[in-house]
Amino acid sequence: MADGTRAPLLEVEGLKMYFPITAGVFRKKVGDVKAVDDVSFTIYEGETLGLVGESGCGKSTCGRAILRLYEPTAGRVVLGGEDVLAAPASELRAMRPRMQMVFQDPQASLNPRMTVASIIGEPLDEHTTLSRAQKLARIYELMDKVGLNRDFANRYPHEFSGGQRQRIGIARALALNPKFIVCDEPIAALDVSIQAQVVNLLEELQDSLGLTYLFISHDLSMVRHIADRVAVMYLGRIVELASRDVLYDAPRHPYTQALLSAVPEPDPNAETARQRIILKGDVPSPANPPKGCNFCTRCPKVMPVCRELEPAFTEVAPGHFLACHLIQEAAVGAANSGANPGR
Amino acid sequence: MPRKTVQKQKTGGLMRDRAQPVLEVTNLKTIFRTRGGEVHAVNSVSFDLKPGELLGVVGESGSGKSVTMMSLIGLLPSPPAEVREGRVMFDGLDLLKCTPAQLRAVRGPGVGFIFQDPMTSLNPVFTVGYQLREPLIKHMGMTKAQAQVRAKELLDLVGIPDAAQRLRDYPHQFSGGMRQRVMIAIALACDPKVLIADEPTTALDVTIQAQILELVKDLRQKLGMAIVWITHDLGVIAGIADRVMVMYGGQIAEQGPVKEVFARPRHPYTRALLQTVPSVRGERADKLNVIEGQPPILRAAPTACPFRDRCTTRFETCDRANPARSPVGPGHDAACFWDFDASAPRTDALIKEAAHG
Repeated sequence: MADGTRAPLLEVEGLKMYFPITAGVFRKKVGDVKAVDDVSFTIYEGETLGLVGESGCGKSTCGRAILRLYEPTAGRVVLGGEDVLAAPASELRAMRPRMQMVFQDPQASLNPRMTVASIIGEPLDEHTTLSRAQKLARIYELMDKVGLNRDFANRYPHEFSGGQRQRIGIARALALNPKFIVCDEPIAALDVSIQAQVVNLLEELQDSLGLTYLFISHDLSMVRHIADRVAVMYLGRIVELASRDVLYDAPRHPYTQALLSAVPEPDPNAETARQRIILKGDVPSPANPPKGCNFCTRCPKVMPVCRELEPAFTEVAPGHFLACHLIQEAAVGAANSGANPGR
Repeated sequence: MPRKTVQKQKTGGLMRDRAQPVLEVTNLKTIFRTRGGEVHAVNSVSFDLKPGELLGVVGESGSGKSVTMMSLIGLLPSPPAEVREGRVMFDGLDLLKCTPAQLRAVRGPGVGFIFQDPMTSLNPVFTVGYQLREPLIKHMGMTKAQAQVRAKELLDLVGIPDAAQRLRDYPHQFSGGMRQRVMIAIALACDPKVLIADEPTTALDVTIQAQILELVKDLRQKLGMAIVWITHDLGVIAGIADRVMVMYGGQIAEQGPVKEVFARPRHPYTRALLQTVPSVRGERADKLNVIEGQPPILRAAPTACPFRDRCTTRFETCDRANPARSPVGPGHDAACFWDFDASAPRTDALIKEAAHG
């Protein structure tokens, strides 16, 4: 939970990740895809921050940029007191054991020509000087931890089911005792009955090893289950960030409200009675975002100011951050001050 | 379609129960011949579809839900697929015995199909207009000009703005949600009696999924065709279906009116599935319920309950025999030997089993 007693483990400030658009024979730069545009948040030690949003909103890019799997355009990422983005390559390599990643597609992220033991043991080869026997002991320990049978150590990834493959990926991420793991849609490729197994495993590991997760997902119901705090992204920006219960019970950003209302409920009685907020149209291209608020083209409560000014990402209640003119205007009106909201 | 012919008396229930089904599937069996041996993907599946009804089909990947529907209208490549047994009655015709030409006449005006992934099922080198006109010209005998007018109407119907203009665009110029709307428009082009939608919203985002679900509800009221909706999302089923069919291991585990099945699930798999899925509203559980184990690989026709390895109410009979579907309520049946009301084995099913053996 976001109580003040816990120390922040990861601080992200003004993170920007632009991908250049080039044209012509000389590959002249003609624009940017603003995949992540000025994102700031903090993750406290031992908590799970859920990062949700629709496909293409930049949530995966954000996770990768934090681990510097991409070179971010601007911003600052501090993990446990060390600046990840400013570190030279050699220092970055030394930092890698502390930050790991579980990838979305267990099929694509495991080398089909390596055995399970060599996949899980590869980080140990790279970052430790353990003997063969010690390595094997560690591999077996990791396999036990994620619920894989030790006898399968010499099998290849294709011999496993999707859920088991994801367990291999998790064991590999755990090999070096990391503090922080980015889980990039770890359950998206799995069946419903298998998803719960993997989510429970991630929670058990968090409790026993004191891990901190950035849990990226488009599945709002799973995020509600696993996350302590939740950030909602839209078109490269975080629009709302709050503790789980606040965000799900009383969402304040119109996009969060629409997103939550769009999730179907597995209950026919509730479902027929429920009034959905249906958003019009599609997400605009991040290469050409609208002027003002990014959500202004689809927002059901759009105001003239939304098409002009970009709303600032401000704390509207303790621990509740929001980027919306509607709430900021209301707050300003309530305070009865003529101050200019936002920037 | 004769709607008010024979009054088929079934145990009480819905008004629709009395109408003659538009589609009647009996004992369908589909296998795949692979290098590793035969895979029994669909095992003795029987169901029917009433006019105007929306039947939801739920199941995990590999449970045979898509294969069942594709076998119906001969969409599976053969080999490796082979429909071993069964009867599929549609419009007085057994679709499994039809010639390719007869089948071609059924696909489109009889049965429309919406595929899961609109990117791979639309042809990238033809305009959307061309792909919409094709069934209209082939099946409905329209001229190109007539087809053009109808194509525009169809795009309007599925809510694509600026339809006349968009007919000239190629699939890659549409977003995911818009492409799925195009797929729906193509499936609707010949005014089918039955529409089969194979995970039409799985590849889409939730806000776009909500748009498509609203569209389908709306189209159902306007056009009144029967729909089979395949999905793995119980929430989607809860919102749109009249009746739900839960599939597991190539068989129907449970079938019944949607409210009844969600309120009183009578198969352990359905029960577990409903408990596994977390919700965005209401109480939040501290720990997710899980279904331990893996779905079965169907190397042979099942001789025992396919769910027994993951079942919490398993007992000796489950290892010996494959439970048949037996009624557990009005229009509601389940393939299980366990009686959840009495917390004991079902006596009727056991007796039937003993008589068999």
